Amino acid sequence: MTNAAALTKKDIDHIAGLANLSITDRQSEELVTQLEETVTYVSALQKISTENIPETSQVTNTENVYRKDEIDSERLLSQKDALSGKKQYKGFFVVDAVFDREK
Amino acid sequence: MSTFEPVIGLEIHAELKTKSKMFCGCPADHFGTPPNTQTCPVCLGLPGALPVANIQAIDWTIMLGLALGSTIADISKFDRKHYFYPDLPKGYQISQYDQPLCSGGMVSTSFGDVYIRRVHLEEDTGKLQHATLDSRNVTLVDFNRSGVPLVEIVTKPDIRSAQQAKEFLKKLHQIIRNLEISDADMEKGSMRIEPNISLRPIGSKELPAYKVEVKNINSFRFAAAAIEYEIVRHKKILDEGKIPVQETRGWNEQKGITVSQRSKEEAADYRYFPEPDIPPMRFSKRYIENIRETMPELPNVRKERMMKEYELQEKQADVLISDMAKCRLFDEAVIHHSVSENKISAVEVANWIINKVPNASGIDSNTVVKQIVDDNSIVAIDEDELNCIVSEVVSKNPKAVADYKGGKEQSLMFLLGQIKRTLPKVQVSVILEALKKQL
Amino acid sequence: MLFNLSISALAEGIRKKDISILDLVLESFKAVEQCEHRVNALITVIDKEAALTRAKKLQQALTTAASPLYGIPFVMKDAYCTRGVQTTAASNVLAGYIPAYSATVYKRLEDAGAILIGKANMDAWGHGASTENTDFGVTKNPWDMQRSAGGSGGGPAAALACRYCAFAIGEDTGGSIRNPAAWNNVSAMKVTYGRVSRYGAIAYASSLDTVGPTAKTIEDCAFVLETIAGYDPYDATSSRKLVPSYSREIGQSIKGRKIAFPTEFYGKALDHQIRDTIIQARDVFVAQGAIVKDVSLPLLEYGVPMYYILAPSETSSNLGRYDGVRFGSGREFFTKETMRRIMTGTYALSSGYYDAYYKKAQKVRSLFIKEYQELLSQYDAILTPVTPIMPPRFGELLQDPIKNMMADLYTVIVNIVGLPSLALPCGFGSNGLPIGMQLIGPMFSESTLFSLGYAYQEATDWHTKMPNI
Repeated sequence: MTNAAALTKKDIDHIAGLANLSITDRQSEELVTQLEETVTYVSALQKISTENIPETSQVTNTENVYRKDEIDSERLLSQKDALSGKKQYKGFFVVDAVFDREK
Repeated sequence: MSTFEPVIGLEIHAELKTKSKMFCGCPADHFGTPPNTQTCPVCLGLPGALPVANIQAIDWTIMLGLALGSTIADISKFDRKHYFYPDLPKGYQISQYDQPLCSGGMVSTSFGDVYIRRVHLEEDTGKLQHATLDSRNVTLVDFNRSGVPLVEIVTKPDIRSAQQAKEFLKKLHQIIRNLEISDADMEKGSMRIEPNISLRPIGSKELPAYKVEVKNINSFRFAAAAIEYEIVRHKKILDEGKIPVQETRGWNEQKGITVSQRSKEEAADYRYFPEPDIPPMRFSKRYIENIRETMPELPNVRKERMMKEYELQEKQADVLISDMAKCRLFDEAVIHHSVSENKISAVEVANWIINKVPNASGIDSNTVVKQIVDDNSIVAIDEDELNCIVSEVVSKNPKAVADYKGGKEQSLMFLLGQIKRTLPKVQVSVILEALKKQL
Repeated sequence: MLFNLSISALAEGIRKKDISILDLVLESFKAVEQCEHRVNALITVIDKEAALTRAKKLQQALTTAASPLYGIPFVMKDAYCTRGVQTTAASNVLAGYIPAYSATVYKRLEDAGAILIGKANMDAWGHGASTENTDFGVTKNPWDMQRSAGGSGGGPAAALACRYCAFAIGEDTGGSIRNPAAWNNVSAMKVTYGRVSRYGAIAYASSLDTVGPTAKTIEDCAFVLETIAGYDPYDATSSRKLVPSYSREIGQSIKGRKIAFPTEFYGKALDHQIRDTIIQARDVFVAQGAIVKDVSLPLLEYGVPMYYILAPSETSSNLGRYDGVRFGSGREFFTKETMRRIMTGTYALSSGYYDAYYKKAQKVRSLFIKEYQELLSQYDAILTPVTPIMPPRFGELLQDPIKNMMADLYTVIVNIVGLPSLALPCGFGSNGLPIGMQLIGPMFSESTLFSLGYAYQEATDWHTKMPNI
């Protein structure tokens, strides 16, 4: 069982990094208490036994839903629509340079 | 001499050559297309878009697993793998985590068997390019490749040398090409390799204390070179009593070295969870057997058959199985009646196809057989008729005759050629004999 | 006032040419012009000229085979992609975003001839129960402008209460269509998961999100649902089950229908006015021939904790695509509340915590599914409140995160188990604020739920009341 009260600013900064959120120091500190509160609250689930209970990931009650290997030209976007007014160069999207591969 | 042994595993990705992408109906064939002209809300990761799985990609992944001797899952699913990078539009990749389509399997090499951990299916990312715009360093992104089905093959770290790695890769490549599920072209990027290399003390059964991953390899040759380089680099460090840093390195083609990219102190936290937008998959034994039945003959099986049934030499068989089109042509040609009636042999057919057919996809088996038959056929000719034609040619070409008598051998060939025009099917030696008699 | 008429009455009027489509559209814009500056139910109002042009075209092309929704004005919660029309999910991240494609639900309504009047306000990304977590100003409750219109779909419900239109398309992940229905005195159907295609609906929590109708009456909801429901090859989770003719089945007798009354839902957390009102509603069902019995659903207390692990986890994933590269603006535009949910979800999925939180919540989910399956194998519906509290004043919920979560006490479980639930008006509090109740049914039992709600609305007139606006 995890101790929810043990969250630190370092934890918050780590989670924000994972979530690709830039947070200020002040926000980071606020989030420590807020997240602690929420995590403590949802930890109430620990009280109920789920031994030998399988997880449910979805409630569709179906399996094997596929599409045929066919081209769908109806949904194909034109280059203009795909770029939709965002920053572009010769048909490419443009972002600030990424040097390291994060993967 | 060395106290350490290499512990090498390989991670291979191959783009499947389906018509459409993995989770949408955009064309999957993206090579050379103008940027961002083959996208839709799904593969561009627009708000509200949803994935639907391409059954062909799934069937082909299962087929690859069968070809490798894997166990096919009876229940499987997709999972979301989270990380942020500009080429990953949704901020997660739909991949497979703990229930891959295929587990286990093996490819044998002359150095020993290499076991497969898993074969799974996922979607490809977009493509990045570096550029400078208005003196700023930028990255350009093209999403045409985003969503293309990618099969990932992970081996156990059973490989012990660069040479073994190379042989394994060649065999795997041949299997994939043989199944016709991917072009597996390393130069075009439809096949990618990432070796994981470590060294451990010889005789140790434990996992090594570290692992180095190498990226940016685009040929089997470079894969072997990178592995060799790493083995040397690691040994040096270990001999000093230190442990190589666990990290990802990039292969530098020009310099023939690997360069540190990032220190991977901790593994990335991908926060996998089951993909809620795609219901799970369940495969009956019959479904899997159907795929097995439609599977093309595997290279090693085919090679054996050719050598046994048709008495081809190993060298001939090897050439044929390396080219799907040649293989197919051979299989069709040998059932032609000319072969079955022993007018020409399977070995002749093989030789003809290997040596005299540059483009096996551009010719049909009937034509090939005819060519061989024509080349072989010796028409018995009446001696008088032959002499008649020979004299005719001799009298029509006095200069050539004089030249030959004067010592020019080519002129004989010239006269031969002229005679062959009228008598194409007569054996050359017979004509020459008659010709020489008259000169 | 044309929008006091039912959809079937409007449809008949249109067919008989007693009502012109143009007049309907003009009435929509009139209502918007009168109320919108006070209520702020809409983020985007469709260009009036464009709407009138469409109205004229539809009028000309009118045939007797027209759908009941032909020429009928509606609004959509701004969580649906509408090609060529701004779609924001009430977040500045998407301010100015014009989608290049349309949601399936929108296409089906367009094809039926319905007329979009506006995109309605909501809690950004579905994150909230009060339409306060929005970058486009709060939506005021038309019944009391100092109070919240509910959430996350406060905009559509308020638009209906103010009679901007005949129906609205909402979206329910944890109560987002039902809570505003209860707080604005309108009806809504939270459908069975997969009943209506989610393609083009901006995702909050993928395994919980549902697309549904909200309108003045149950009958109106039925007409809308039969137009929008049904399998969509673009949504792998959409159901292949045939869509019944809801509007035709709505009048079936409810005699002998068994309704469960779970005692845990009527405990201390519930405002006593709401309790008393629903007990009266219970009596109406009994008078109609239904059988109502007390039952126990002890898992109730685990519902909110379970939801507030699963929903934030899925939203942290679904919001990963908003990076400003291909569309919209960067992640710095997320509100505090949204950031909190993303953080909570990321934490619950992260290495070392996944088992204790996300996986645990998924197991508890299995327990809830079993509990409801067992009960609903014996009963046709479960009668519960929609919210434990009356519409709060602005700021009350946002300031208190736990109270905010607890507002969803009775609604979130329904999404977790994927069941349908009908929300409908059943009375008013002493301060004139509306009170709603919900009827939860087995999977794909919308028809039965509609018939129960219809019978109730035939016997009562709460749903006919309008705010003084």
